[in-house]
Amino acid sequence: MGKRINRQSVVTLLGVLLVYAIVQGSILMDILPPFVALTLIQVCIFIILSTSLNLINGITGQFSIGHAGFMAIGAYMAAIVVVKFQGPLMLALLAGALVSALAGFLIGLPTLRLKGDYLAIATLGFGEIVRIIFLNMEYVGGASGFSVPKTITWTWAFWLMVISVIIIRNFIYSTHGRACISIRENEIAADVMGINTTKYKIMAFTIGAFFAGLAGGIYANYLYIIQPLTFSFLKSFDILVMVVLGGLGSLTGSILGAVVMTVVSAALSGWPEWRLVITAILLIVMMIFRPKGLLGTKEFSLSFLGKKGEKNASSKD
Amino acid sequence: MPLLRIEKLSKSFGGLKAVSNLNIEINEGELIGLIGPNGAGKTTAFNLLTGVYEQTEGKILFQDKDMRGLKPYHVTQRGMARTFQNIRLFSDLSVIDNVKIAYHQRSSYGIFSAFLRLPSYYAGEEEMQRKAMELLKIFNLDHKAEEIAKNLPYGEQRRLEIARALGTEPKLLLLDEPAAGMNPQETHDLMNLIRWIREKFKLTILLIEHDMSLVMGVCERIYVLDYGMIIAQGAPDEIKSNPKVIEAYLGEEVV
Amino acid sequence: MGNVTEQVLQQIVNGLSLGSIYALVALGYTMVYGIIKLINFAHGDVMMVGAYAGWFATTTLHLSFIPALLIAMVVSAILGVLIERIAYKPLRNATRIASLITAIGVSFFLEYGGMLVVSPQMRTYPPVFPDTIWNVGGIIIKYGDIVMILTSIILMILLHVIVKYSKIGKAMRAVSFDNEAALLMGINVNNTISATFAIGSALAAAAGVLMGVYFNTINPLMGIIPGLKAFVAAVLGGIGIIPGAMVGGFFLGLTESFVSGLGASTWRDAVAFLILILVLIIKPSGLFGKNIREKV
Repeated sequence: MGKRINRQSVVTLLGVLLVYAIVQGSILMDILPPFVALTLIQVCIFIILSTSLNLINGITGQFSIGHAGFMAIGAYMAAIVVVKFQGPLMLALLAGALVSALAGFLIGLPTLRLKGDYLAIATLGFGEIVRIIFLNMEYVGGASGFSVPKTITWTWAFWLMVISVIIIRNFIYSTHGRACISIRENEIAADVMGINTTKYKIMAFTIGAFFAGLAGGIYANYLYIIQPLTFSFLKSFDILVMVVLGGLGSLTGSILGAVVMTVVSAALSGWPEWRLVITAILLIVMMIFRPKGLLGTKEFSLSFLGKKGEKNASSKD
Repeated sequence: MPLLRIEKLSKSFGGLKAVSNLNIEINEGELIGLIGPNGAGKTTAFNLLTGVYEQTEGKILFQDKDMRGLKPYHVTQRGMARTFQNIRLFSDLSVIDNVKIAYHQRSSYGIFSAFLRLPSYYAGEEEMQRKAMELLKIFNLDHKAEEIAKNLPYGEQRRLEIARALGTEPKLLLLDEPAAGMNPQETHDLMNLIRWIREKFKLTILLIEHDMSLVMGVCERIYVLDYGMIIAQGAPDEIKSNPKVIEAYLGEEVV
Repeated sequence: MGNVTEQVLQQIVNGLSLGSIYALVALGYTMVYGIIKLINFAHGDVMMVGAYAGWFATTTLHLSFIPALLIAMVVSAILGVLIERIAYKPLRNATRIASLITAIGVSFFLEYGGMLVVSPQMRTYPPVFPDTIWNVGGIIIKYGDIVMILTSIILMILLHVIVKYSKIGKAMRAVSFDNEAALLMGINVNNTISATFAIGSALAAAAGVLMGVYFNTINPLMGIIPGLKAFVAAVLGGIGIIPGAMVGGFFLGLTESFVSGLGASTWRDAVAFLILILVLIIKPSGLFGKNIREKV
């Protein structure tokens, strides 16, 4: 206790800096193929999406399959600020995230009385409603899409991702994060232990939606165009797969899931049907043989590498 | 002024009256037993007290305040904590995290301190760690602080559940069959522990129990519940010889 | 005024046709949920497979409507049983979420595996029925409408008889009421669950064939939206309750055709999901359901 900087955080920090420097260096030297650059930015976007969904599904034990809906809100809001009001990028991203968080709060209020599969279906319905609303909004281009200038660089995407992960991690390893975990473990006991379960469920939903909105904003300002179809149930499914494969409740698992799935998707991008068939089989097999995902609720830790170093998500550094 | 006053409390599920016209008064510092045969409505009474169910009729006054309509977490924040008949630990979490979660409601830092790891985060976490370890030490569980709760032996799980309830810093502690599944030696130790924590934490305790020896041994006053109604009340000796109680427990040995 | 009445009646006819599809699919959702508490996400895709089986029977085998319908029902029934045995059975004691994730996986597997097998392109159903159209006082009733509504009503009556009077139907009700008690009473739970999947999938296949016949085109992703809507219908009626699924299906079909009739057809899907969320919030047990509380 009291030791605020330990070996593991130093190693992690060095690793993060190294990854950034290698990619940034290759960009500056102009040796990074555009396809790889795109994939790397997508990895950042999906890490934000998967870790934020994990906060809702893995840490708090709720079950949302409408994450693409929050992403859409963030993407469109950020795009509106940039295109319609010529606002700066930072403001656009923040606005997207905040509006998405507000949506998370509002949808959380009534739906979080639901449990398990009922909640899942309600969030799916929410995601689809969001998509249909944008489809019908001529102000943002309707079905044909909304063009946004590309202003996101690797530096932006990478550091926003790092900051998001740190904030989510800090939340999880605090008394508030423990309150969320207690809901996952046993909701009735959590309630009786004085934890306002509704408040913490809504909090998890709001924070999760905030970061999904941020990811949406990054996406909108990188991909030139956003279309309602991008944010369909298929996108929510992709994010869910990352979280589930990595391990519900494991932050490092979600990061791993996002990296692996994004890279695999990129590699199989010429054969989209195969990609989805393989993903589906992987998911089924995983649920049957290792339902807790690769890492379960454990965290993958660098400093104990080789000793099969796993730590419990809920215990402190 | 009694700490807890239950007046004409009733609860029906559909047509079934699980608890009817319950009147109980508990003064500060008392150790009271609530006994009765299986299905008498004891756990329902606890669920009513802790806000898990809402009463159909009647009043629950805790420190002279009406508790009607309060959610369980609210009841706990007002100073009433409980354990469960079927242990409900956070079984996949460490022992110390179980207790820290109970301390959550007294936590001193907000979510932005948590996000940004401000100094108040570190101060708050250190205080919680210290308090949780102190509590575990009292229950002789400190050397198992990092173990996963479900890996503890049964008796220790029961103790942890009491420790966790105390983590909420209650004035009134409700114990739902704490000796269930324990052998006589463990029950005996538990009796001493209950007496001791009452002194140490200046607690008032209401105990539901099936095990008569435990109740007769520690409680100062006993209420006997049968078919949702109080059929007798008084000191352990009076209860033992009360014909109504013997009838309710017919076929069972009354110590 | 007469015009408005005509419009309303016309939408009722359309709504009943659409609703009968939803109802047939919703029955499978509800039966499976009733018996193993699983939202069988892949159910809409089983319907799609049925539609393809029917298409194959009518085009390649040149069969007429009823034999094609029966073939489709048999194919889907087998598929349903296989899915249950391979993907769901190992998870029977897992968390509901694990089962739900698996079901979503199966759904994607069928959709995109289907694309690999039959190609993503749309297929056209041959005209199985005469394109007779009756004009009853300004209301247009197609031959297809009659067949659709009649077929689904016949199948629903059949299902009702099976569930109520047959041995397997009684077993199904027993298992859905209390799995373990049914097992103790000597009911073969595994076979009963398989039978439920078979019957539910066969009904979905019938819906798939009817959809193909009615709308002419089919594709590997055709099951997603009707599947979700049928689920909405099942929740609306109270999931696990068979008559509820029928009422929910027709209710949803009628609502949708009225929304379209009011010129808001692009909002049609949003309305269905809005109904879903409202039902879940206001009365999650559905119109005919009872609320159940967890025992403390």
